[in-house]
This record gives sequence, structure tokens and C-alpha cells, in this order.
Amino acid sequence: LPALAETAPTETPDIVIDGGAVTLPTFADAPAHLEGALGDKIYSGWVFRDAETRAMQEDDFANPSMAFVDQGIEAWNTVDGTEGKSCASCHNEIESMKGVRAVMPKVNAAGELWSMENYINDCRTNRMGAEAWKWSSQPMENMTLAISLQSRGMPVDVAIDGPAKPFWEKGKEIYYTRYGQLELSCANCHQQNYGQMIRADHLSQGQTNGFPVFRINGAGTVSLHERFSGCIRDTRAEPFEQGSQEFRDLELYVASRGNGLPVEGASVRH
Amino acid sequence: MAGAVIWGAAQAEVAPADVAWGEGNVIAESLSGTPGNAGEGAKIYAEKSLGNCVACHVVSNSDADFQGNVGPSLDGAGSRWTEEQLRAIVADAKHVFPDSVMPSFYKTSGYVRPGEGFTGKPAQEPLKPLLNAQQIEDVVAYLATQKE
Ligand code: HEC
Ligand code: HEC
Ligand code: HEC
Repeated sequence: LPALAETAPTETPDIVIDGGAVTLPTFADAPAHLEGALGDKIYSGWVFRDAETRAMQEDDFANPSMAFVDQGIEAWNTVDGTEGKSCASCHNEIESMKGVRAVMPKVNAAGELWSMENYINDCRTNRMGAEAWKWSSQPMENMTLAISLQSRGMPVDVAIDGPAKPFWEKGKEIYYTRYGQLELSCANCHQQNYGQMIRADHLSQGQTNGFPVFRINGAGTVSLHERFSGCIRDTRAEPFEQGSQEFRDLELYVASRGNGLPVEGASVRH
Repeated sequence: MAGAVIWGAAQAEVAPADVAWGEGNVIAESLSGTPGNAGEGAKIYAEKSLGNCVACHVVSNSDADFQGNVGPSLDGAGSRWTEEQLRAIVADAKHVFPDSVMPSFYKTSGYVRPGEGFTGKPAQEPLKPLLNAQQIEDVVAYLATQKE
């Protein structure tokens, strides 16, 4: 008895923001390392959402993420900590962060795999003498949103070779592991069944190019690790800690499945 | 005396670990010893906190909204499968369809990072099966009413 296969979206319009000020494609060629696991195209989660949700992301004024971006930019320019510095003291305008989101997570000088949150907290604690922000706290999500927006439209391009390779391999293993009492892997939902309905939810490929996202179901801004945690919890499993080695490895692997899709910067999801 | 003991055993519930699989991927014997109730089965089928079968399957004559399609439509399942086969599919689908995404509803161990329901907190095996013996029998009775 054949299980139903994945179904590609029938239409893939661009995300046209503010009447064309920014235009983001919603599909790209599947990266070679997937070896056809997702067919020949990869898709933004945006195309799997309803018209109303889509429209909110096409208007920066209606996009609820933007208020949090503004708070992130304000924090960027605000002195905090014992050293009397703000992010701007060293990095100047936040536009200097252009391109950073597209290559995160990445291996740092010490050979560790770091997410954007690690870099931010490293600067806060070691360079500003300020307190670390909790991984999915509002100030952290404001900042990752503001920094991500600087890369809006740039293709995701995380490195998977060289020093990144062992982390990527581990992330891949996690992606295909069937967790919890429901024994479901990321791939069971987002690779085998994207395009299908699981109850009221239209399954996407689980791409990460939109993160952090604003979820209109009441969850507010949601970090990537928060999303991972929710998806694993829903298999009746114990998720890994947000910020853990496992979730950073998974972040790298999942991001690499979206290499080529544009960073959406401040996206809206159901 | 001996007869009484055997009689008692036949009535007892079959624990998940003791399920007897028959030739051709069937579970011939009732898991609870009590006939299934199709009406109860319909509720278990649709209820999110119970079977939540509706997350993945469509039954055209069910009044549940938002029926999923990760799995095949179950219209006519009672004509396609015998009760013994349906019991097997619901109790442990992976035994019948290798690598299926369908959860095993009558199984208590062998999980990776099992959680306490949907709380995200760790759980110790053996877990409570997703459905108990009588609930499985009820769902099987419900599916058996789905005739082509
Ligand atoms: C005292 C100087 C200083 C301050 C203040 C500072 N940073 Fe940094 N930041 C750096 C340096 C130096 C690096 C490069 C570190 C490296 O490559 O390992 C860096 C790297 C980063 C990176 C990684 C960029 C990349 O391309 O890899 C991010 C993101 C970042 N900082 C964000 C922030 C934020 C947000 C703040 C304020 C909350 C902040 N920084 C405050 C000096 C600073
Ligand atoms: C039981 C099914 C299921 C499993 C298993 C699952 N997810 Fe999801 N996931 C969903 C649903 C439903 C959504 C919301 C709709 C959508 O975008 O697919 C979602 C959304 C996401 C999103 C957001 C996509 C976007 O564009 O906003 C990401 C990223 C994601 N999942 C990653 C994962 C990863 C990584 C795993 C494994 C650790 C995983 N998921 C496991 C069901 C699942
Ligand atoms: C996460 C998804 C999922 C859930 C939840 C689920 N199933 Fe399934 N089911 C499937 C898939 C997929 C198949 C197809 C078999 C395969 O995997 O190849 C299937 C097959 C079946 C079949 C045989 C199909 C036919 O009619 O020929 C029956 C009967 C069935 N399921 C009943 C149930 C019942 C009853 C429940 C709840 C107690 C349930 N399923 C829950 C995914 C699911």
C-alpha cells in the first residue's frame, strides 16, 4: 500500500513587499547535497500559508515583526553593561550586519559551531560587560530579527564542508531520527509529507530562511530553536535545550537544506 | 479448578508485550476480551487527546473537521481489511507497513527521548500505550463499520 507522497505547491508567486520595493522568490533549485530528497525545488514556508498570512508579509507596515525589528535597532544603539558600549560603538550602523544572517550558523575562530545568538551574547558578556540574553527572550529575538532583516533577499549560503562538516553530519542524523512516542522525524513531516495536511496544518518543507518569524496564532516572535522545540515536543518527545549543541547542529543542517532560498528577514507565519 | 484458571486468563487483557501476532500480520485475539464499541471508537478516532487518527486520515462520513491526508482515506477500510488485520494496523502499524509514519498505538518502549505527553518533559519507559486495550477494540469496531 503506497503512502501518499509529498506534493509540490501548484503556484510559487514572489513575495512582493511594499508594492515591489523588495521582491523575494519563494523557490530555488534544491541543493546538490540533498540528492533529490526534496525533488528538484525547495520552497519557502510562505507559499504553504493562507492568503491573509501571506499578505501581512507583503506590507512592512502590516508586518507585526517590524515593531520588534524597531526595538532591536533601538537596543543596537543603546549603551549597556560595564564598558559603556553599545553594539553601534564597535559595529557602527546595523547595516554593517548585511550578509551575516545568510551564513549562520557557522564555525567560529575557536572551532565551535555558533548561532547568531552565541555571537550576540559573546559581544554582550565579553565586550560590553552586559548580561547575556536568554536564547529565546524578547530582547534576543528583537536583535536577531533586526540583524536578519539586513540580509533580506540574500540567498542562504551556510558552509557545510571543512570545519562545519562534523556538525552538519550530526545535524543530519538528528533530522532523520524518529523521536518520541509518536516516532516521527523531521523528515517524516517536512520531507515525506510536505504539501499534505496534518489535521489543520499545511505541512511545509520546514525551511528556516524566514526565521525568526512572527506567528499570528498568538505565539508572537518565535526563534528557530523555539520552533524546533515545538516540533519535537509535538511528537511526544523531550526536545533538546534551546541553544544546545544538538539544536545548533540541527540548525546548520536544516539551514543547508534551504541554501539558495532568500533570507526573508522578518517573516509572518500562521 | 484448572478450568476456572484458564477461563480467567482468557478474559484478561493482553499486555502490549504479550500480543500474539498471527500468520499474515494479524492479531486474531481481542486485546481486551470485551467486544469493541463502534460509537466510542468514533470518538477516540477523532479526539485529539486520544487516537487523533483524524490528523492523518479522512473518513467521509465522519463529522470531524480538518481531516488530514498524510495517510490514505479510511473510507471502506472495513471492506478492505478483516477485524484481525485492523487490530494489527491500529496496535502496531509499523509491524504491518514497515517504516510507516503511523504511530504504534499499543506499544510501551523502544522510543528515542520519549516525553510525558505533549509537555516536553522526559518520561520513563515503559510508557502508557497511546490507546489502551479497550480503546483499540473500540477503534477497530468503528473501522469495521466503514464499508465500501
Ligand atoms: C567592543 C566591541 C564590540 C561590541 C560592543 C559589540 N561587538 Fe559584536 N563583534 C565584535 C567583534 C570584534 C566581532 C568579531 C568576533 C569574531 O569574529 O569572532 C563581533 C562579532 C559580532 C557578530 C558576528 C558577525 C559575523 O559576521 O560573524 C555579531 C552578530 C555581533 N557581533 C553582534 C553584536 C551585537 C548585537 C552587539 C550589541 C548587543 C555587539 N555585537 C557588540 C565587537 C563588538
Ligand atoms: C508531526 C509533524 C512534524 C514533525 C515531526 C516536525 N514538524 Fe516542523 N512543523 C510541523 C508543522 C505542522 C509546522 C507548521 C506548518 C509548516 O510550516 O509546516 C512546522 C513548521 C516547522 C518550521 C517552520 C517553517 C516556516 O517556514 O515557518 C520549521 C523550521 C520546522 N517545522 C522544522 C522542523 C524540524 C527541524 C523538525 C525535526 C526536529 C520538525 N520540524 C519536525 C510539523 C512537524
Ligand atoms: C501520523 C500519521 C498517522 C496517524 C496519526 C494515523 N495514521 Fe493510519 N496510516 C498512516 C499512513 C501513512 C498509512 C499508510 C500505511 C503506510 O505507512 O504505508 C496509514 C494506514 C492506516 C490504515 C490502513 C489503510 C487502508 O485503509 O487501507 C488504517 C486502517 C489506519 N491507518 C488507521 C488508523 C487509525 C485508526 C489511527 C488512529 C488510532 C491512525 N491510523 C493514525 C498515517 C497515520
